[in-house]
Amino acid sequence: MSAILNDSILNDETKKVLTAPLVNDNPITLQVLGICSALAVTSQMSTSLIMALALTLVTAFSSAAISAIRNHIPSSIRIIVQMTIIASLVIVVDQLLKAFAYDVSKQLSVFVGLIITNCIVMGRAEGYAMKNPPLESFMDGIGNGLGYSLILVIVAFFRETLGSGKLLGIEVFKLTKDGGWYDPNGLMLLPPSAFFIIGLIIWGVRQWKPAQAEKSEYKIMSIAHGEGGHH
Amino acid sequence: MAEKKTPCKHMAAISEKLNEYEYYRKFIVYKDKVLALGNDSLEKTIAIAVALCLVCAVLVSFAAVALKPLQIGNKEDDMKKNILDVAGLLEEGANINTAFAQKIEAKIVDLETGAYVENINANEYDQRKAAKDPAQSVAIPKDKDIAHIRVKAKYAKVFLVKDGGQLKSIILPMHGYGLWSTLYGFLSLDADGQTVQSINFYDQAETPGLGGEVVNPNWRALWKGKKVYAETEQHSAEKGLIAEANVGEPALSLIKGAVDNTRPGSQYQVDGLAGATLTSTGVTNLVRYWMGNEGFAPYLKKVKSVQGS
Repeated sequence: MSAILNDSILNDETKKVLTAPLVNDNPITLQVLGICSALAVTSQMSTSLIMALALTLVTAFSSAAISAIRNHIPSSIRIIVQMTIIASLVIVVDQLLKAFAYDVSKQLSVFVGLIITNCIVMGRAEGYAMKNPPLESFMDGIGNGLGYSLILVIVAFFRETLGSGKLLGIEVFKLTKDGGWYDPNGLMLLPPSAFFIIGLIIWGVRQWKPAQAEKSEYKIMSIAHGEGGHH
Repeated sequence: MAEKKTPCKHMAAISEKLNEYEYYRKFIVYKDKVLALGNDSLEKTIAIAVALCLVCAVLVSFAAVALKPLQIGNKEDDMKKNILDVAGLLEEGANINTAFAQKIEAKIVDLETGAYVENINANEYDQRKAAKDPAQSVAIPKDKDIAHIRVKAKYAKVFLVKDGGQLKSIILPMHGYGLWSTLYGFLSLDADGQTVQSINFYDQAETPGLGGEVVNPNWRALWKGKKVYAETEQHSAEKGLIAEANVGEPALSLIKGAVDNTRPGSQYQVDGLAGATLTSTGVTNLVRYWMGNEGFAPYLKKVKSVQGS
């Protein structure tokens, strides 16, 4: 990734905002934002990819639009201005999906509309786009969208293969009910499994990059051996 | 930010043209004045809010209107696909429109008498639209409105599958309220008007993963072979059965948990949806409503008497 970017015309800041959210500042694993849709749409790879694409586009364009008018946004109605722009873009995306990807839009149902309330979009608008120029904000939106997409794709990969023995609808493990060897794990099709997978990813990333681990806010007191119990 | 782009020739021409209008010149003057105001002034706050709403409204309306024809086309294809699916005629890769035209016949039924209505073009009739039109619909008395739909169209659009002149299946539209949404679907019956072939909900917004499981093929498969009308009296004392039914009344219900096939009455019972009690109740109610005297019972009786003679 960085090798490609080094040759490109992008300057350092754009490069940073584009790549940092992938691992170092990932919206899901570090900021722990946007979890709800990550649970809901990841039982299949195809819905995850469309959701990831929709969220990336919405984050990028809303950040760019908000950034373009950032110097004229009255601070008292700042949040509602951001919401209006985000909501409009989400409706447009929803309409586009209904026109060009009807089946997927049926599967995603309310979750496309819920991009409006996805914390990543609002978080980037308020946290980055309000202070930075449009191009950087756009790239920041793309970067964060890609960071979100990366986690969604990883989660969907495990959920679809282990849950239904397929990937993008194509059989990878032959199921026992079709005379194969794999007995699918039904839990993987249910939202809680995404919790486990995301939890494991966060643990893995923080083992790899210990700087991301938060300091514990409290410590469980250790009880000396022999005290307590045995009454 | 990058330096301001120089407007292209067309833009210059347009702004020159617009400059001839006094309102446009006033607007420009006002725009510059407002933008120069402090961000927290009341006037600027209101002006920005109004301008933003206008721009967003235009954007959203444009997308909605421009994409409407495509969306309607998708919906129609999807509807045909659903009807073929509930009839068990959906083949992978086959052209939906030709399959539909070859195998399926749409008919209009007068819900009150159960007779076919011949003077309406069945292919153009839209039952959902008709239900919203006071001239084409009737209000449902509150005590009979178990599906919570308040009004119904006078005429319903049913679909028949025939094979060599022989009636193979009767596909009936149904709708009713679940937890969040009105569920729209089809029930397909054997020619006896009693045995279920399949069920299919094509429009619903129940909780994904819970009530939304009404579209799950495994759950839908449980309906095959179930009976609609009670041949003996059914009591609610039976495990989890939601309502009772006298002989000849619709008895088909979802129950809590899984159906024990060895128990009497299990031919009228389908597994409830786990974690979705209200959606399950809604499905039971809408099936019972549409199979009852308010719905298709008069029609199905007519079909049976024609078949018997």
